[in-house]
Amino acid sequence: MASTIETAENEDWVACMALIRDAADEAAFARLFGHFAPRVKAFLMRSGADAALAEEVAQDVMATLWRKAHLFDPTRASVATWIFTIARNRRIDALRRARRPEPEDLPWGPEPEPDQTEALALQQESAALGRALATLPDKQRVLIEKAYFGDLSHSEIAEQTGLPLGTIKSRIRLALDRLRHAMK
Amino acid sequence: MTAMTTIAHHPTDGLLMAYSAGSLPEAFSLTVATHVSMCDECRARLGAFDTLGGALLEKEAAPMAGDSLAATVARIRAGGERVREWPLPRKAGVLPAPLCDYVGGDLEAVRWRPIGMGLKQAILPTARDATARLLFIPAGAAVPGHGHRGTELTLVLQGAFLDATARFGPGDIEVSNEDVTHTPVADIGADCICLAATDAPLRFRTLLPRLAQPFLRI
Repeated sequence: MASTIETAENEDWVACMALIRDAADEAAFARLFGHFAPRVKAFLMRSGADAALAEEVAQDVMATLWRKAHLFDPTRASVATWIFTIARNRRIDALRRARRPEPEDLPWGPEPEPDQTEALALQQESAALGRALATLPDKQRVLIEKAYFGDLSHSEIAEQTGLPLGTIKSRIRLALDRLRHAMK
Repeated sequence: MTAMTTIAHHPTDGLLMAYSAGSLPEAFSLTVATHVSMCDECRARLGAFDTLGGALLEKEAAPMAGDSLAATVARIRAGGERVREWPLPRKAGVLPAPLCDYVGGDLEAVRWRPIGMGLKQAILPTARDATARLLFIPAGAAVPGHGHRGTELTLVLQGAFLDATARFGPGDIEVSNEDVTHTPVADIGADCICLAATDAPLRFRTLLPRLAQPFLRI
């Protein structure tokens, strides 16, 4: 049952993103905000921000979600993943005062009507990765958490083996191939 | 940038994870971002590491201030109309977008400085915790043999180089550390242009390059 609920919840976030993108729907934004803003705030506090800065940056991240909703592609990222990338970039600006060059954008945006089956599969696999994370040995999980909360330098982030990333990688690879094909 | 189909040497999982987590020095981020721009395989691998970040984000929550939603909506309204920006199609050049941003243009905009034996370099403006440089190695020429005190990432942009371990062509990245001593030689077919990033000075085996090191920041 738990997985059904989780899936329903994830579908919901994708639908909220579409409502924001297509209809500037503030109720959909409020639902996303209620779930994700506290998570972004916790992520920033775990990364060393005090509560006031974390609150400020979390609001900024959620405002960015509104402004960039048209760039969200549910066949390539879950809503949580997409918000993580925005929060990470803001954290680097605000806490490290450093620059993180981004890869070249793909020469196309997301498809106007993303394939729902593909989007659902991606959201489900992202959720599955979250559950797999909880089953990792403590030592490995703590290491990953420290890496993502900025507590490890790059040289301390050793070769990571055994992470269950193969399935999600293949799924994203498929989405990239499909987009590239559609653009030809 | 068109996709290369023959990339054989990729960043390690550790590097991609550190880039996803946002903990790489700027010079290393630039190198990884440039490689990912050229390599769909690593774009997908990076997507998987970002998904890991998203899964961690889901795990914990901290209560927001009481008026935070209203404050954010006000912030959005103050920002005015949404602008639907799309990535601009890029002209096919040698340098992928992240590098063009640092060079201020494509290859013709690089301000090369000779460093001896026909080699040229251009140091890119990054934070000083690591150094990024473009290297020009004439066809058939060698970079003086060196070891490493930290990590060196070498990404081929044009041409190819060989060392004792392998041949590296466009899009390939070589990750060297304290264990590696090498003498990269540009392939005879064409001049080789690389992006090289180091987080510690190299360990040259002969005196002349050692004397010049402080001036070349290599």
